[in-house]
Amino acid sequence: MTALAAVTDETADAATTYAIRTVGLTRRFGSHVAVNEVGLQVPRGAIYGFLGPNGSGKTTTIRLLLGLMTAHAGSIELLGVPMPSGAGQVLARVGTLIEGPAFHPYLTGTQNLRRLDAFDPTTDPRTSSRRIAHAIERVGLTSAAAKNYRRYSLGMKQRLGLAAALLRPRDVLVLDEPTNGLDPQGTREVRTLVRELAADGTTVLVSSHLLAEIEQVATHVGIMSAGRLLRQGELSDVLGAAASRVRIDTPDVAGASRLLAEIGCRVEETAPDHLVAAMDGRPPERINEHLVRGGIAVRGLRVERAGLEDFFVELTGEGFDVVR
Amino acid sequence: MSSADLALGHSSRPEAVGRPLHYRGTLARQYVNELALVFRRKRNIAMLLILAVVPILIGTAVKLSSPRPGQGPPLIGQLTDNGLFLAFAALTICLPVFLPLAVAVVAGDSIAGEANIGTLRYLLTVPVSRTRMLIVKSLGALTYALACILLVTVVGMVFGVAIFGSHGVTLLSGDTVSFGNGLARAAGVAAYVFVDLLGLAAIALFFSTLTEVPVGAMAATVVVAIIFAVLDSVPQLGGFRSLLLTHHWLDYDELLRSTISARTLLHGMFVPACYAAIFGTLAWARTSNADVTA
Repeated sequence: MTALAAVTDETADAATTYAIRTVGLTRRFGSHVAVNEVGLQVPRGAIYGFLGPNGSGKTTTIRLLLGLMTAHAGSIELLGVPMPSGAGQVLARVGTLIEGPAFHPYLTGTQNLRRLDAFDPTTDPRTSSRRIAHAIERVGLTSAAAKNYRRYSLGMKQRLGLAAALLRPRDVLVLDEPTNGLDPQGTREVRTLVRELAADGTTVLVSSHLLAEIEQVATHVGIMSAGRLLRQGELSDVLGAAASRVRIDTPDVAGASRLLAEIGCRVEETAPDHLVAAMDGRPPERINEHLVRGGIAVRGLRVERAGLEDFFVELTGEGFDVVR
Repeated sequence: MSSADLALGHSSRPEAVGRPLHYRGTLARQYVNELALVFRRKRNIAMLLILAVVPILIGTAVKLSSPRPGQGPPLIGQLTDNGLFLAFAALTICLPVFLPLAVAVVAGDSIAGEANIGTLRYLLTVPVSRTRMLIVKSLGALTYALACILLVTVVGMVFGVAIFGSHGVTLLSGDTVSFGNGLARAAGVAAYVFVDLLGLAAIALFFSTLTEVPVGAMAATVVVAIIFAVLDSVPQLGGFRSLLLTHHWLDYDELLRSTISARTLLHGMFVPACYAAIFGTLAWARTSNADVTA
C-alpha cells in the first residue's frame, strides 16, 4: 500500500521500530496504582498479544494509549506521535475495539457505522457507503446490516465493532477482547482476519484472557499483572525463557535417568517406556548426544515447551483468572 | 496504488506529517448526522407530537367555551378576535413545563446518553475532539429546542387562523395591526422563547457532562427549573429575582404591545444568555478534562 509506505517513510527516524511505545506509564485511582511504570513496546507490523487477568490494568493502559484517560506519569507515542496531544493527528489511523462494542440500539448496523464515518474528517464522504458495505462484508454481517442494533446477538455486536475498526485503512488496530461472545467459527474468522491485516502491514495490539487464542496468532506478547508489565518480547523468546521439559522415549529409563543426572537435568516423571526431565536451558541435541554416547537407546525425544498459561502461573504464582 | 485502494477511499496524496488531510464540510456532516440521531429517536418524536397537540387542545377548548372578547386571561381572551393569538397562548402554556422538559430530556441526554451506552469512547477515538463533540451535541439539542418552539408556534397559528380567522391583529395595548405585522411579531416571540431556553439547555448540557446516567441529568435540569420558578415567586427576594433564569421568560408579551420596549426585551434575553455562557463554559471545561471510563 503506497499510503502506508509514505507514512512509514516520513516518520522513519522517530518511530520505525515501534508502532506503540510507552515509557514509565503510570495511572492511579486514589491510592490504587492501576498502571505502574509500564513500558510497552509494540514493534511495527507485530501482532502483540496483551495478556493479564481481569483488573491487571490492560484496559486502563489501552484507554491511556487512546487519550481517553490522562496519565499521571510517563509518555506515550502512537506511530511516533506523542499522545494524548497528537490524538487528532494520529487516531484516524488507529482502529479500536475497547471493552466491547458500543452502538446506538435504535439505529441499524449500517446507520451506526455511517455515524462514526460521518464524524471522521479524514474520510471521503463520497466513498462512505462503499467502505461501510465493505467493512460489514469483511466481518460477515451483510445479512444483518439493516437490522436494528438492539436485535443483534452478542457475536453480531462484536462483529459490528470489528467492522467499525475496519471502516478505513488503519496502520494500527487496538482490539480489546475481540473474540468475546463469538462462537468457535467466529473466533477462527477473527484470527484469520487479524493475520490478514497483519500481513498487509497493520500492527495489531490484541488483548485477551484466552491464552491459547493469543498463542496461535501473536508474534509478540506482553504480560500484565497488578498494574505492572512483567514480561514482553517475541512470543518464542518469552516462551523460551519459560521452563521447558524434554520427554525421552527409551526402554532403559533407569540408565537414562542416571545419565541425565550427570549433566544436571532433573527427572520429573518416569514411566516404564519414557521419562520427562527439565531441560534448564540445555539444547535438546546435546541431551540426545549425551544419552546416545552413554549407550541409551533413544526411541524418541520431544521438547515440551511450556504454554503461556504455565508460564503465566510461573510468573505470577497465581492462576490466570485470579484477580490480583 | 491499486484500484481496490481507490475504492476504499485512499487519498492519492500521501498523508502529510502533522495534521492529516481533512475533507471539507465535516461540521455539516457531523451536524446532519446528529440531527438524524435526535429526530429519529421515538421518545423525541413523541415529545414533539405532544407539543403539537397543545395548541390544538387550547384552541378547541376556547372555541367550545367561546368566552366573550376581552374576558378571561389576556392572551386567551384575545383568541376569538384573532387566530394568531393561539400561537402566543400555546407558547405561554408550554413555556413553564413542556418546553423545559423537552429541552432537559434532549440536552441532558446529549453527552450522558453517549457515555451511558459507551459510544462516547468510540466517537472520541474516531477521533472527534472533545470541543467539537460538545459543539455538535449542543447544536443538535438546540435544533431540537428550536423545532419544538416552531412546531408550537406554527401549529398554533395555522389551527388558530383556521378556527378563529385572520382579521387584523388586536394587540394587548388595544391597537390593531395587520396580519403580516402579527406574523413578524410571532416570529419575534418564537426567537425570544428560544433565547429563554438557551440558558436551560446549557445547564442540561453541563449536567450531562457530569454523569453517565442520562435520566439524572434530565431530572437535575428539571429540578433547577423548578427551583428558579419557586424562588421567583418569593417577593421578599426583591431585585435578586431579576437574576433568576426564569424571571424574564414571559417578557415576550412586550412584543404584543404597540410600542415595544427594546430595553425590556434585551434585558430579558441578556439573563438567559449569561446562564448559557457560564454553563456552556463549565460544560466545556468538564468535557476537556474528564476521563472517559464508560
